[in-house]
Amino acid sequence: MTTENPNLPNLIEGRTGLWEIVIGLEVHAQASSKAKLFSGSSAAFGAAPNEHVSLVDAAMPGMLPVINRFCVEQAVRTGLGLGSTINLVSVFDRKNYFYADLPQGYQISQYKYPIVSGGSVTIDLKDGASRTIGIERLHLEQDAGKSLHDQHPSKSYIDLNRSGVALMEIVTNPDMRSAEEAAAFVTKLRSILRFLGTCDGNMEEGSMRADCNVSVRRPSGELGTRTECKNLNSIRFIAQAINAEAARQIEIIEDGGTIDQETRLFDTATGQTRAMRSKENAHDYRYFPDPDLLPLTLEQAWVDEIKASLPELPDALKARLIDQYGLSPYDATVIAETRETAEFYEKIAEGRDAKIAANWLTIELFGALNKQGKTLSSSPVSPQQLGALVGLISDGTISGRIAKDVFADMMETSRYPDVIIEEKGLKQVSDTGEIEAMIDAVIASNTDKVEEYQNGKDKLFGFFVGQVMKQSKGQANPAIVNDILKAKLNG
Amino acid sequence: MSTLLNMTAAQARLALDSKSISASELTEAYLTAAKDSQNLNAYTEVTADKARQMAKNSDARIAKGEARPLEGLPIGVKDLFCTKGIETTACSNILNGYKPVYESTVTENLWNDGAVMLGKLNCDEFAMGSSNETSARGSVINPWKDSNNDRDYVPGGSSGGSAASVAAQSSIMATGTDTGGSIRQPAAFCGVVGLKPTYGRCSRRGIIAFASSLDQAGPIARNVEDSALMLQSMASYDNRDSTSVSEPMPDLLSEKDKSIKGMTIGIPKEYTMEGIDERIIELWFEGRKWLEDAGAKCVEVSLPHTKYALPTYYIIAPAEASSNLARYDGVRFGERVEASQLDDMYSATRAAGFGAEVTRRILIGSYVLSAGYYDAYYLKAQKTRRLIQNDFTEAFTKVDALLTPTTPSAAFPLGDKITDQVTMYLNDVFTVPASLAGIPAISIPAGYAENGLPLGLQIIAPSFCEDRVVKIGSCIEKNAQFDQNPNRNNGGAK
Repeated sequence: MTTENPNLPNLIEGRTGLWEIVIGLEVHAQASSKAKLFSGSSAAFGAAPNEHVSLVDAAMPGMLPVINRFCVEQAVRTGLGLGSTINLVSVFDRKNYFYADLPQGYQISQYKYPIVSGGSVTIDLKDGASRTIGIERLHLEQDAGKSLHDQHPSKSYIDLNRSGVALMEIVTNPDMRSAEEAAAFVTKLRSILRFLGTCDGNMEEGSMRADCNVSVRRPSGELGTRTECKNLNSIRFIAQAINAEAARQIEIIEDGGTIDQETRLFDTATGQTRAMRSKENAHDYRYFPDPDLLPLTLEQAWVDEIKASLPELPDALKARLIDQYGLSPYDATVIAETRETAEFYEKIAEGRDAKIAANWLTIELFGALNKQGKTLSSSPVSPQQLGALVGLISDGTISGRIAKDVFADMMETSRYPDVIIEEKGLKQVSDTGEIEAMIDAVIASNTDKVEEYQNGKDKLFGFFVGQVMKQSKGQANPAIVNDILKAKLNG
Repeated sequence: MSTLLNMTAAQARLALDSKSISASELTEAYLTAAKDSQNLNAYTEVTADKARQMAKNSDARIAKGEARPLEGLPIGVKDLFCTKGIETTACSNILNGYKPVYESTVTENLWNDGAVMLGKLNCDEFAMGSSNETSARGSVINPWKDSNNDRDYVPGGSSGGSAASVAAQSSIMATGTDTGGSIRQPAAFCGVVGLKPTYGRCSRRGIIAFASSLDQAGPIARNVEDSALMLQSMASYDNRDSTSVSEPMPDLLSEKDKSIKGMTIGIPKEYTMEGIDERIIELWFEGRKWLEDAGAKCVEVSLPHTKYALPTYYIIAPAEASSNLARYDGVRFGERVEASQLDDMYSATRAAGFGAEVTRRILIGSYVLSAGYYDAYYLKAQKTRRLIQNDFTEAFTKVDALLTPTTPSAAFPLGDKITDQVTMYLNDVFTVPASLAGIPAISIPAGYAENGLPLGLQIIAPSFCEDRVVKIGSCIEKNAQFDQNPNRNNGGAK
C-alpha cells in the first residue's frame, strides 16, 4: 500500500488510488537564555528537581510576571533569521487549564497578536532539490513543568524547574508533503536556530520538540480532516509518526470511515499513534489578554540593531562557500552544517587550496575525531595546524601519502607539521636528478620486467612506481616519478 | 487610655516625636482596644508580640532622633496582604494555615517607614463582597448602630475589618484594597476616610489577586491628613509588578490646607438614580454648597455610560478572578483534600476551600470567557470599559474633579442582603466607575442617615491627581465636621 509512484514523488498508493499527505508542524523551541521568560530563576538544564523555582514560577499568592527582555530579543532574532515580519506590538494571553505541572492554572502565551508573523525556511531534499516551507507565526510562551508518573506506585511527582522557561512556538503553513520533507524542515530549522544562537536544538534534552498536524487527500484535492500528534522529541520519531498516521488515515478512509479531529500521541515502542484519552484532550482554554502584563511594544530601532547583528545563516554561508571557495554543493553543505565547522574550515582554507582543505577537514579530521569520540571543539589539531599541513601538500613539500603519516602524528602530539617533518626527515624528494638516479637503479635491477612491460604488460608500470617509492621510503614526488619513469620505459 | 486612642496618626506622630507618649504605650493601648472590641470580629489575628517588638524598635529610633514617617504608628493589615511568617488567608478556608515566606511590597514599605503591625484584619473572602459577610472567618460588625434598634449592621466590604477597626479605634489606620469600591464603600459605612489611588500607584506584588486590572491598595484612616500620610508610604514604583507606574506622587500632605478657590467641580447627572435614599441626595447638595462656599464652581456634567458600569464590572472582575484563583488547587500550598485522581483532588479541595460567593464569581468568570460567549460578554465589557473611561476623560476637560455620593444607602443589617446578589452588587454603583477608569477617588464621612448611620461623599479626580483628591476632600471634611464616635447615637457597639 505504501509504494511510491515514481512519476509523482511523495504520493502514496492506496487500495483505491493515490493519496497526498499534508503536513504542518508546530515546533516548540526553548529560547537560549540564562533566566526564564517571566521570572529571574535559572533556565539551565539538568538541575535536581525543583532547584530552579522562584516564588513566581511556583505561582505563590500575590506573585506577578515580569518580562525577560533577552527572551524577547531571542524571539526577534529568530523571526529576523526566518525572514519574518516582527510585530512591534504583540499581546500576552492567558491559556487557562488545570494540570499539576502548571502552577498558575494558566500558561502565559500569545494568541491573537504574536510577536512574529510570516517567514520561510528553504529545505534541502535529495538530488539537490529544494522547497520553501512557509512559516505562519512565532510566538513566545511559558513552558510547563514536568510530571513524573513512574516514580511511585500511587503518586505523581512534579518538577517545576522547566515551569516558566521561554518557548518560541514556530507554526508552519501546511506546506510539507512527506515525512522526509518534515524531517528536512526540522533539521534545517534547528540549524538556523543554532546559527542564530537562539536555541541549542538539543531534542534529547527537550529544548526542541514538535507537534505534527497530518491529514491526507486526493492529490491536489480538498483538504482532509487533520489530527495532531503531540510532543515528538526526535526527528526520527517525527518521520515515523507522520508515516504511521498517514497510513492509518488512508486505511480508515478507504474502508469507508471518516477521520476524527483529535489529538494523538506517538507510541515509540509500537511505532503507531494512539488517541489521547478524552480527559487529556484540551477543553476550552478561555484565552484572554493577561491583565498582569502590558502589551509588548518594541522599537523599530532596537529591531534594526538586532538585525544588524545577525550572523551569516546556513543558506547564505553555503552559497558563499561555493562561490568564494569553489566548493561542490556537497562539500559546502557538510562544512556549513555548523558555524563552528565553517569557521574552522575558513581558517584552514585561507590562502590555501580550498578543495584540499575541504577534504582534509571533512574526511581526514572528521574521520579521526569520530574514531576517538572527539568533537571539533576538542580537536587535538587546530585549524592553523591543519592549514599548515594543507599548505605543505600544495607546495609539494610532502606528498599526500606522507601527509597522512604526519597527520596521524599531529593528532597525537598536537604539533605543527613542519616540526614533525623536520624531526622525521619526511620531506618529499622532488629533485629530478635524484629521482632519475633511483629510477635508473630500479630499471637496471629489473630488466626482465622492463622487457615484459615494453612487450605490452602495461600493468607492470605500477610495480616500477612501487619500487621507486620503496627506494625513496615513500618520499619521492609521485608526479615526477611518473613522468621520468614513463619517459625512460617508453624509450 | 482613651485619649491615646483619640489621637489621629498625625497627632500621634507629633506626640511620639515630642516624647510625650511612647510607641510602646500607644501600641499597648491599641492592643487593649483590639481585645476589648473582639465582638466586632474585625481582626482575624492580633500579632501582639510582634507589635510590641516593633514598638520597642520604634522607641529606640525615636530616642536616637531617627524617626521615619510612620514611626510607632499601630496599623492593621487587611488579610489580603502577604505578611511574612504570619498567616495570610484572604479570609478563605483554602488558605488555612498558609504563612508566606515573603512580604507584600506595600506592607514592606509601611514597616520600612516605621509602622507597627497590630495584626491581620477580616475581609470578604478573596475580597469578593460588599458587606464582609462572605468571610470564612465570620462576619464583621459595624461599630455604628441604628438609633432605632439593636441589630448588628454590616461594615461594608470587602475591607470591612479595616474600616470597622479604624472606626472602633482598634487601629490608628489600616490597609485596604479596592477593586470596585472595597475601600471607599466600607469607609463610608463606618464613618471613616478611604482613599483609592490611581491604578498602578501601589504595587500589587504580594497582594492576593482578585481582579488584576482593577485591584489597588489604599489607606483607610480617620481623616484626610492621615490617609495622605499613609498613602505616601504605601505607594512606590515596583519593578516586580509590570503594572506599577513610576509617575511621581505629588506632595499630598501639603494639599490638605490649600484653598479650592477657582476649581471647577463636576456633578455627574447620571449618579442621580432611582432608589437612592433622599438623605443622600440632600447630603450631596450640602456638599456641593460647601465647595461653592469655599470658592469652587460646581457644574453639571454627563457621564453617559454610567449605567453600564456595574454590569461591565461584574463581567470583567469575575473573569479575571476565575483565572487568578486557579492557582488555589491544593497542589503546592494551602489546604488539600486528598483523592486518588488529580481532577477529583481539584474538585474536592476547591469545593471545600471556596465559599459560595467566590464559587459564584469563578463560575460567572469562566462563563464569560468561554468559547462562544467571549465576544458577547468579556470583549464587549472591555469595549464598554473604554467608553466609561472616555466619559471621565471628556468630563475632566471641563472640570477638575467630581463630587458624588459614595454609596446609594447607609449600612444595612447583617443578613439582610446576603441572599440577594443583585441588590448586594448595587452597593457599588457609585464606586465602580472610577475603578473601571483606574482613576483616584476618596470617600469622606459627611453626614448621617435618618437612623444615625454614617454617609460618605466621594471625590473623583483624573489619573495621578491624588493632590486634588486630598485638597477637595479636606474641604468637605472641614465643612462636614463629622463626629466619628460610633457611640454618639447612644447605641454604639460598645
